[in-house]
Amino acid sequence: MNAMVPLPIVLPIVGAALSLLAWRRQRIQRAITAVALVAALGSAVTVLASVVADEAPIAVRIGGSAPVIGIVLVADRLSALLLVVAVAMLAVVLVYAVGQRTPDERSRAYHPAYLVLTAGVAGAFLAGDLFHLFVAVEVLLIASYVLLMLEGSNAQVRAGTTYVVINILESMLLLAAIGLVFAATGTVSMALLPERIAALDTGVRWGLNGMLFVAFGLKAAVFPLFSWLPDSYPTAPSPVTAVFAGLLTKIGVYALVRTETLLFPGEQEVLLLVVAALTMVVGVLGALAQGDMKRILSFHIVSQIGYMVLGIGIGTPAALAATVFFIVHQIPVKTSLFLVEGIVERETGTSRLAEVGGLLHRSGWLAVLFGLSALSLAGLPPLSGFVGKLGIVEAAASDGQWVMLAIALAVSLLTLVSMVKIWVGLFWGEVMPVPSADRARGLLRRTPVMAGATIVAVGFGVAIAVVSGPLYRLCADIGAELLDPSAYIRAVTG
Amino acid sequence: MSLTLVVLCGVLVSAGVYLLLHRSLTRIVLGVGMLGNAVNVLLFATGGKNGSAPILRPDGTIEPPVSDPLPQALILTAIVIGFALISFLCALAWRSWTLDGNDIVEDDVEDRRLAQAGPIDPASTPRERP
Repeated sequence: MNAMVPLPIVLPIVGAALSLLAWRRQRIQRAITAVALVAALGSAVTVLASVVADEAPIAVRIGGSAPVIGIVLVADRLSALLLVVAVAMLAVVLVYAVGQRTPDERSRAYHPAYLVLTAGVAGAFLAGDLFHLFVAVEVLLIASYVLLMLEGSNAQVRAGTTYVVINILESMLLLAAIGLVFAATGTVSMALLPERIAALDTGVRWGLNGMLFVAFGLKAAVFPLFSWLPDSYPTAPSPVTAVFAGLLTKIGVYALVRTETLLFPGEQEVLLLVVAALTMVVGVLGALAQGDMKRILSFHIVSQIGYMVLGIGIGTPAALAATVFFIVHQIPVKTSLFLVEGIVERETGTSRLAEVGGLLHRSGWLAVLFGLSALSLAGLPPLSGFVGKLGIVEAAASDGQWVMLAIALAVSLLTLVSMVKIWVGLFWGEVMPVPSADRARGLLRRTPVMAGATIVAVGFGVAIAVVSGPLYRLCADIGAELLDPSAYIRAVTG
Repeated sequence: MSLTLVVLCGVLVSAGVYLLLHRSLTRIVLGVGMLGNAVNVLLFATGGKNGSAPILRPDGTIEPPVSDPLPQALILTAIVIGFALISFLCALAWRSWTLDGNDIVEDDVEDRRLAQAGPIDPASTPRERP
């Protein structure tokens, strides 16, 4: 079983190398990416099944060296669960990108960069020490720079520059924070840190926590560090934006969960709650002001991050369980919303709401796909977003956070308003002129691969609602495990 | 921790931040280089006394006068990553220069459009074209 843990990192990296060798053979590149992703998904599912069955984290010492000096990969229930969802979404979006038949996916750098991104995502979830987490985040960031600017067009270079510079600054900050953590404690291993950090002075602890919070908060796009996100994501090709929206900010949230539960448990509750409230409110207000579907959805990424930070801030096992469930729900839902947007953009050539309309008459099924994801995002029962938000609201109520509860509910309502705005803009109104008669109907039938991938992504979101009972029980176990890191520490040091 | 390293680190950070705040990508590249080296110096300073060798004892423990080898391994990785970032930024600056003849980072078009649109008119519907 231990051999399975590094596979989600190793397989995509090897695939990326092979993909570079097949530089001129598009079909071979596609086959390599597909095989690597499916194999990575298979190993991730095996690891998840194993950690759920054993109820104990698996720690793998790379090279067999001691955890103080060697690299340790740790798969507990949280990282294995997120890994499975993330790699599944990466596989779905790959199918979509191939079906899109755009110059982006035909770019020879697409497949290698996509696999490197996968390896980075897997590495970040499995990292057992802060420095390895930093390296994994760097790996996925460099791949994301390439994917964001595949065309090298003027708009992409302009938006990409902001993204690259902000993320480099974040990397420097994170590295400096890790250096200072090392200076204070003499280790970067996440299993040894809790005990040694607890022994530090309050001032030193707060300083370290603050630096790590700013670095990971930039990655997660919390208020006030989010302005790079709605600026850069919309210029990327739709399948790339879908992956970024679904996964990249969630890595930041995952790192925040680890920092605030394992390293600095319950230390900055007020800061986290204030940041969460502002992130939710500013994100959703930003979305309401926009007139472009991609930008509305990008602001919603920010807004939903607020809910996750709220759960971390409340910090009870129930709140953490709801946060984990909410992350798991957000990854497919956000991805599928951007996939629907990609189909719209391919059909109409734009994502500006003022320039499209009447799509309901051309494809009722597209409306269904959008509607399911949008209502789930807004948190309407019986969809998965409802379960996640209910959990967070319940946790806020039982912790007595009535102000946060009111803000969360109000933001949820505003989310619904802006989803209705997209609905009205896309599906209602006068039917836009169609280039030729045969394009009038059967919008999804003409792009079967893209439609199929979108249906799978939306189905994934719906499936989370269907299995929400057992899944929520798993999340509750994860929430309890996060607050009692003794099993995690035992797995690494024992 | 030696005072020289601390001062060097501070100077590099301030110069790096100053350069990062410019709009020209070439200066941003230089700023990133300085910040990266500042962080490397910081990592180095955490390792122990200057001049001692980063070698583990045979039983795996670390004892003065030997420095801790871990920060040096971290710096090595950080240098490689920093090199990749700087080469990517250089390529980006070059691409920007081939596209429009300079390497100045421009404003977001959508932001400018929203700012010019003025206050939102409640009477207008989303159907209206700009």
